[in-house]
Amino acid sequence: MTKQQANWSPYDNNGGSCVAIAGADYCVIAADTRMSTGYNILTREYSKICKLADKCVMASSGFQADVKALQKQLAARHLIYQHQHNKQMSCPAMAQLLSNTLYYKRFFPYYSFNVLGGLDNEGKGCVFTYDAVGSYEKVGYSSQGSGSTLITPFLDNQLKSPSPLLLPVQDAVTPLVEAEAIDLIKTVFASASERDIYTGDKLEIVVVNADGIRREYMELRKD
Amino acid sequence: MFRNQYDTDVTTWSPAGRLFQVEYAMEAVKQGSAAIGLRSKTHIVLGCVNKANSELSSHQKKIFKVDDHIGVAIAGLTADGRVLSRYMRNECINYSFTYESPLPVGRLVVQLADKAQVCTQRSWKRPYGVGLLVAGLDESGAHLYYNCPSGNYFEYQAFAIGSRSQAAKTYLERKFENFTDASRDDLVKDAIMAIRETLQGETLKSSVCTIAVVGVGEPFHILDQATVQQMIDAFEIVGEQEAPDAAAGQEASAEPEPEPEQGAAAGEGVAPMDI
Repeated sequence: MTKQQANWSPYDNNGGSCVAIAGADYCVIAADTRMSTGYNILTREYSKICKLADKCVMASSGFQADVKALQKQLAARHLIYQHQHNKQMSCPAMAQLLSNTLYYKRFFPYYSFNVLGGLDNEGKGCVFTYDAVGSYEKVGYSSQGSGSTLITPFLDNQLKSPSPLLLPVQDAVTPLVEAEAIDLIKTVFASASERDIYTGDKLEIVVVNADGIRREYMELRKD
Repeated sequence: MFRNQYDTDVTTWSPAGRLFQVEYAMEAVKQGSAAIGLRSKTHIVLGCVNKANSELSSHQKKIFKVDDHIGVAIAGLTADGRVLSRYMRNECINYSFTYESPLPVGRLVVQLADKAQVCTQRSWKRPYGVGLLVAGLDESGAHLYYNCPSGNYFEYQAFAIGSRSQAAKTYLERKFENFTDASRDDLVKDAIMAIRETLQGETLKSSVCTIAVVGVGEPFHILDQATVQQMIDAFEIVGEQEAPDAAAGQEASAEPEPEPEQGAAAGEGVAPMDI
């Protein structure tokens, strides 16, 4: 007698790509706005980016229901932190919280592939990249989602981040200025939209710097 | 005489049908430093007198933000107040997590009151020794509630609790009819005046009081000392010698404020004030 298999899955993949790049005094987080299921498009205008704290923004691709639940959890925990500490959470603190929140559901994970971007306590850009169960790393740039296999090699080529294993410890953040980084993001998404069917429609770019948080949009291929 | 026989346990009734432990808890509220609240149609202002144990220590926190639309001022055992504030914050967070909308104030005070009632009916507990003035804004408008250790709660246009609160209540009773349509700034001024009544002779400085506001388009926040000091100076109240910044020079030159006097010119003389 063969083992009984489930005839449904609690997960679905809504597709899409996310990218984040850290600079000396800014951080750019971007994601496309297409939400799909299977070979169909559910909507062309869904934001995968969420502001978690004053200087901390998260973009997540994967199963958007889990993403939404995760965002709500983090927002509630952030409120509690603010009540207790009388200040906003820093980006590195939020990074650890996100990791713990994900691992908490190690045996029924959030199907959510996250990049966290923002400014650290000194105002320098930082990007943290995660897997679905909370393993994370501070990096200079990162890409997640359906287009990541197309985007990451291109970013590797353009941003040439030194290995974190080298000594002396080198800065992972890019020497590019904000405008150049945004340009790079636009290029990268335009390319990904060409070949990845789940990436397209519109690109949402969020820039975090000393002046605050700013949002930009760019049209992408609709096919 | 009978009080001593029936006041050991909160679960013991007196022959006259009273729970003395609960009444003693309300006594604790009266011993705490004053807290006042007043509301208009669109704003609620909370104020409290800062009491410090000694010159060396900082004063206790008596006003807490519970959510963007709710804040609370306490009088009595501040530790109990802190714990209840944490409970209220939790309830607000859980409600908005589930319903994606702010917790209506009326529901929060009922939950708070039920929590207080439990402590009046368990032999292994004691009542909370703190009175709470809950100020909140929701779809049905601006609200000010008073939650008592007994588990009762009442809605007020304006109220004062804690030591020497009767002086503030007298002031508020005189003025409350104007509050509904008062502007936000007038409401804050009235709050500061009410606090001044409880000080009974002490000089009114921004270091002695704390003011917080919540209203339409204005999330709950505590006003910073400089702002409060400026408003105090505008009343031409004597005694801001210690003001650390430019506020010191403004005493005589600030514009006269006719509005607080509309009750009667003699009104200012009713509460004992040292000029």
